Amino acid sequence: MTTAPARDVVEIENLSVTFATDAGDVDAVRDVSLTVGAGEVLAIVGESGSGKTVTARSILGLLPETALTRGAILLTSKDGSETHDVVTLSRRGLGEVRGRDAAMVFQEPSTALNPVFPVGWQIAEGLRAHGDYSKKEARAKAIDVMRRVGIPDPEERVDHYPHQFSGGQKQRIVIAQALALDPGVIIADEPTTALDVTVQAEILDLLRRCRDEFGTAIVLITHNMGVVADLADRVAVMYQGRIVEQADVRTLFSAPVDEYTRQLLGSVPRLGEGRARTADRAGARAPGWQEATPVVEARDLRIVYPGRLRRPDFVAVDGVSFAIRPGEVLGLVGESGSGKTTIGRAIAGLTKVTGGSLTVHGAEMNGMKERAFRPLRERIGFVFQDPASSFNPLLTIADAVAEPLVVHKRAKNPQEARGRVDELLEAVQLPKSFGDRFPHELSGGQRQRASLARALALDPELLIADEPTSALDVSVQKRVLELFDELQRELGFACLFISHDLAVVDLLADRIAVLYKGELVEEGTGEQVLGAPQHPYTQRLLASLPVPDPDEQALRRAEWDRLR
Amino acid sequence: MTTTTTEPTGGGGAPDATPTAARQRRSGGLGSYLLVRFLLIFPTIFILVTTVFVLMRLTGDPITAAQGGRLPAEELARRIAEAGYDRPILVQYWEYLGQLVQGDFGTAISDGREISDMLTSFGAATLELAFYALIVAFAVGIPLGRLAAYLRDRWPDAVLRVFAILCYATPVFFAGLLLKLVFAVNLGWLPVAGRASTGAEIQLQQQDSSTGIYLIDALKLGDGDVIQDVLEHAVLPAVALGLLTAGVFLRLVRTNVIGTLGSGYVEAARSRGVSERRLLRKHAYRPALIPIVTVIGLQIALLLGGAVLTETTFEWKGLGFQLVEYLQARDFVAVQGIVVLAAVIVALVNFVVDVIAALIDPRVRY
Amino acid sequence: MATSTTAVDAPADVPAPGRRPRGWRGLPVIRQLRQSVGLQRGMLVAGLVLTGIFLVTAIFAPLLAPFEYSQLRDPSGAFGAQQAPSSDHWLGTTVGGYDVLSRVIWGTRTALYVIVAAVLMSIVIGVLLGLVAGYFGGWLDRVLVVVADAIYAFPSLLLAIVVGIVLNGGESSLRGGIMAAALSITVIFVPQYLRVVRAETVRIKAEAYVESARVIGASHWRIMSRHVFRNATRTLPLILTLNASEAILTLAGLGFLGFGIEPTAAAEWGYDLQKSLSDVTSGIWWTSLFPGLAIVLVVLGLTLVGESLNDLADPRLRTRRRGPVTPADVGETSVVPGSPSADTAYLDGKGPA
Repeated sequence: MTTAPARDVVEIENLSVTFATDAGDVDAVRDVSLTVGAGEVLAIVGESGSGKTVTARSILGLLPETALTRGAILLTSKDGSETHDVVTLSRRGLGEVRGRDAAMVFQEPSTALNPVFPVGWQIAEGLRAHGDYSKKEARAKAIDVMRRVGIPDPEERVDHYPHQFSGGQKQRIVIAQALALDPGVIIADEPTTALDVTVQAEILDLLRRCRDEFGTAIVLITHNMGVVADLADRVAVMYQGRIVEQADVRTLFSAPVDEYTRQLLGSVPRLGEGRARTADRAGARAPGWQEATPVVEARDLRIVYPGRLRRPDFVAVDGVSFAIRPGEVLGLVGESGSGKTTIGRAIAGLTKVTGGSLTVHGAEMNGMKERAFRPLRERIGFVFQDPASSFNPLLTIADAVAEPLVVHKRAKNPQEARGRVDELLEAVQLPKSFGDRFPHELSGGQRQRASLARALALDPELLIADEPTSALDVSVQKRVLELFDELQRELGFACLFISHDLAVVDLLADRIAVLYKGELVEEGTGEQVLGAPQHPYTQRLLASLPVPDPDEQALRRAEWDRLR
Repeated sequence: MTTTTTEPTGGGGAPDATPTAARQRRSGGLGSYLLVRFLLIFPTIFILVTTVFVLMRLTGDPITAAQGGRLPAEELARRIAEAGYDRPILVQYWEYLGQLVQGDFGTAISDGREISDMLTSFGAATLELAFYALIVAFAVGIPLGRLAAYLRDRWPDAVLRVFAILCYATPVFFAGLLLKLVFAVNLGWLPVAGRASTGAEIQLQQQDSSTGIYLIDALKLGDGDVIQDVLEHAVLPAVALGLLTAGVFLRLVRTNVIGTLGSGYVEAARSRGVSERRLLRKHAYRPALIPIVTVIGLQIALLLGGAVLTETTFEWKGLGFQLVEYLQARDFVAVQGIVVLAAVIVALVNFVVDVIAALIDPRVRY
Repeated sequence: MATSTTAVDAPADVPAPGRRPRGWRGLPVIRQLRQSVGLQRGMLVAGLVLTGIFLVTAIFAPLLAPFEYSQLRDPSGAFGAQQAPSSDHWLGTTVGGYDVLSRVIWGTRTALYVIVAAVLMSIVIGVLLGLVAGYFGGWLDRVLVVVADAIYAFPSLLLAIVVGIVLNGGESSLRGGIMAAALSITVIFVPQYLRVVRAETVRIKAEAYVESARVIGASHWRIMSRHVFRNATRTLPLILTLNASEAILTLAGLGFLGFGIEPTAAAEWGYDLQKSLSDVTSGIWWTSLFPGLAIVLVVLGLTLVGESLNDLADPRLRTRRRGPVTPADVGETSVVPGSPSADTAYLDGKGPA
């Protein structure tokens, strides 16, 4: 796979793309040159705004009208017979090369499939655009590609609609659509970002087979260094619209040259990093700590969302027991639908407990009345996942951070609370002057810091952090996690840290609890859970997580294959 | 009440299942959806009937409204007692509901006709007008809306949008007056008013088993001149009322098709080389139809309101025309009958529209 | 797909560019005007001009109109009925012997009164109900929604007639007539505001900042007034313009059916059109054309403003400036009709980051 490719299927020369926006022109891509050899996997990595997606989309001429493209993008057909410059192609010419010479796999499979047509029809549409196929031929071809991407019973499922497939299956169908015409190159734009880790591993495996069995080159756009290490042959790192480094995958990970690349690789959380820290903390605990009354204790906790209109109830959390002691950080890990967020919300009194027992600060939450719980609220802080919506767009940051102080009568109004607000902003390493700004004037990372300041305003004994960094870029995530750790040590609050990312949880948590379909399958220290997982699901989850090291990842992949 | 998190997917974040999403996955099937939707018809009708009843009776009893001041007080009181309007309002309401269930709308005060008879005979005329108008609206609004979406932000789009706005900015009776002025009075191409010429009308009404829908009656009669006469009379009212609705359809189709043209799946189909024309006609149009059909259902209300004005303008003797007559005679029993019928029609049409939308949308079907 | 607001969130984690302009430039309409380009700007400007003319005419009607709305004679004698346009009566006289031009000009006042009254009443009631229904949910919400839906689907004109009968029994002084018309229209609009505000409230209630206030322990009143209310009512200016035009059409419709305001009480275009119905058959065009045109122009102006605001608020429908002028040797990306103009999504590497 690292053998020199016979020829290039994509050759980008001095590509620049400029977008017209409300704020003026934005240079999304500046003077990028790249080549993709036949049968090669080129990963373009970078954080938000690096221009990686724009570069990839421009290969198919899929940019909106507001984009202005300069340079050349030469696209060669798989058999090498034709080469076109996509930048200058007419609309008709673009229609001919799209799908035939290059195809695209999208980030969000649920929006890439048309909800009102059967999937087989949608696969056939791509075929029909490039030649005459009878209904029967097109259908046979669609069944064939569906089987090749691993959809069971393709003969029957070819007539199903997208909503009848799971997320991972949908992405398989999107890949089937791309493969239908056997293009020379597939452009995969964050193909696994919307998927759970265990599903991600399967889709990466499928993409690898595309390359091996169909000889298709892949341009892989991703922000995830683990995914890069898993799949790529060669890597181009983009930063602010430029390529800062291009190298063979092993070289890049073992000897990164560019400063930014090094910083990026250094920011990626790695499994096992947190072990020493956890041991330190455990050693420093006062004797008798084990016997202290837990801040939160769940016993056979059960949370059911009632079904409406004769539909069955949805059991989000089923028989979960755990405890969080004062000053302890419990990491809660699970995939979508595992119930992890529901547990966090139940502790904060946002979701009703329907069975079992959940005590928070000694108060029983099962059957709790809001009025009775309100006084306890000042002892709980909450950090939400989405930095974009966690602040009222009409209030300044200072007003928002002051809100808990005002509500719990520590201050009469936001002005009076300003002194404390400034302290808090400083504690989360934001300049005081940011208090006068509105939320949209802050970046995602800054907003999460402010969110942390608001959660800590009343000096709570318990903090619930629901995926606080999952919407952030890795370098930003790293700084927020460090801040979090510092504050936790300094203030000593107990914490429930919810995340889908094992490596992130491992960094911060004293103990890790793994949730699977509403049930708690494993609990223990990072060393126990990550070092010697007992439950098959934990094992699978762990093996699915790609690590940012190509050689180690190859070993893990073998382990994952074994577990499958 | 359920509180649900709306965690955005992506960004590496594995979202916890929101309960609503989980519920949607196990859909209850088309049958139960349609059943629920069908049962919803009744509260809708009930609410409207009650609202109208309460509002109308706030003014007092219908007999005083119609004949107060014209009759001596004792005579008036006698008639009120005779019709039972002196009883408690709840009793009257209950009785009214009972009559409605049996299809009995009461008797008009002004002309003594059975209101249910009046509704069927004049309803046919309104139905005919609404049908013609819908043809105009679909024929004009939908293709032009698609065209505008396709050519968005270029000059034909601007022209079409201004046309659409003009269509619904023009009161239907003013459009009718202008059409009359130009095509009937000045050019003399088409008749000024009415549903048919006097001669033709007599022929149509003398027919056995007359449906009240003139086009059908004329076809049964088989007289070419009568058919032409009926159609000529229909052109102007149909265009006036149809254009009003066409403007709404145009805008609706344009907005929704632009929305789906910008969606991920159209982009995905484009990335596989599907031609722009086909993207518009298949990939974008079909999903856009779901909201379009739903809103078209709501337009039936606009059409019925417009029909009242159109009928008055063109002396088209349908329910709307009749409504104005009864209003002038202050015959509120008859007015109430017409309004209740409108409520029933609206509820039924919205049910039918939801069924159609469900048939288009596989997410509801399966 | 969630379109991120922090579109160009660069790796250095800088905030989104382009602060929301403050001061007068941030006012609604003016902000949108500055944002708009090309045809959209043309439509918005045309709408604003027409609306402006309407407002100016309404305010200065006494100065602009040559006669009173109910004036039948001047010192030189009666105007006479159905007089063709002349130097004395630029737009002729009506069948009732009024001056058409004066009636058209005075009509703007009546229309404005009705719009203001109807929109004010329906906003207050609709927003209140919408907030309560959306925020608290439960049976009250369900009942309100079913009732609102039923009324919303019902022909608004018929409803307005029924309400009109109740309110004045066909009687029509200026204030009574205007209030009757305004109330009839209010009944139609309340369900619309309720639906919109309720939907927004339900959406905002699930936003993290409202949940955050709940976690803090803020009271319902505090959450409603401080977080939900202002955010839920941000789209109202847009509905307001569209409803204003609908109010005029309903008023005219009522007038045309004979439920309007008597000519001696105020000038009302729908009434004048009703009276001109018989004129048309005899070829008298000026009595119907001018009041009709007045309605069309005012409604057109308001609708253009409303729809332009609507387009500008919806990223899918909004057009943006193109890139700089293309140098001769540079190719362009294909111009894809109807492709998403939410271009910022592409700039964002991770989608909903």
